[in-house]
Amino acid sequence: MSIHGAIITGIGIMFLFLGNLGILRLPDVYNRVQAGTKCTTLGAFLTIIGVGIMQPGWFWKTLIIAVFILVTNPISSHAIARASLKAKVSLCDRSVVDKTEEFERYREKV
Amino acid sequence: MSEITGKENHKVRNFLYLFIFLIIIWLALTSSIQWQELTAGIVISLFLSFILSKYYLKLGFPPLSIKRIVFFFIYIGVLFKEILSANIDVAYRIIHPKMPIKPGIVVIKTVLKQDIAKMILANSITLTPGTFTLDIIDDILLIHWINVKTKDVDEATRMIGERFERYLKIIFA
Repeated sequence: MSIHGAIITGIGIMFLFLGNLGILRLPDVYNRVQAGTKCTTLGAFLTIIGVGIMQPGWFWKTLIIAVFILVTNPISSHAIARASLKAKVSLCDRSVVDKTEEFERYREKV
Repeated sequence: MSEITGKENHKVRNFLYLFIFLIIIWLALTSSIQWQELTAGIVISLFLSFILSKYYLKLGFPPLSIKRIVFFFIYIGVLFKEILSANIDVAYRIIHPKMPIKPGIVVIKTVLKQDIAKMILANSITLTPGTFTLDIIDDILLIHWINVKTKDVDEATRMIGERFERYLKIIFA
């Protein structure tokens, strides 16, 4: 059982590493939010579940922690990205489309 | 008259949802079914859900039914499948030497009506790597996409929103 837990934790750590690599490599703040919060979703989830499988007595508690991470993670990444949008942080040169102005017109209509 | 009974139904429903939710958390945290622990959990959950249920009135939860519960579990399965496949996709884009990304901000439309359904849709889109929700007005969502495949609104709605909307439509019908 502890082997399975160790393998799952290892996969989780790999995803955490890739998330950090993404923060270093990607060009602008929005893409970094993508890497920084998304790879860590699966990373943190698998790491914690892996610990729960290694110690079967903790399994349900680790599951609760994992569910709370899944529920709260989108809120933090959304808050960072929306704050950057409000502060008018520009997109990188490689961006292909930006429909923010179109969206602002909808806001004025409402 | 019917309005009043409708409100009463909402209250009972919110109370039940909160009670079941708190009991599940209690069972997971204590990990035991001895009667002392269970009694303490039930008393505390009843007390808390009695006080707090009125704060959840505005969210508009639908009534509980077997079909909704089944589709909710199907929805969780679909969400996990999407998270896994999209995570591998984003990881591939990060470790590829040339970084094949095409970032952009697109607009999609949703057919969902209730606030709680829109919230679940927006959070699911944010949880799926490669896309996240920036803002929302009525039925229009502003979405950042790391690999833009189309600029058209309807096409983007089909590619980003529909895989979750299909199930949420049934759950919140």
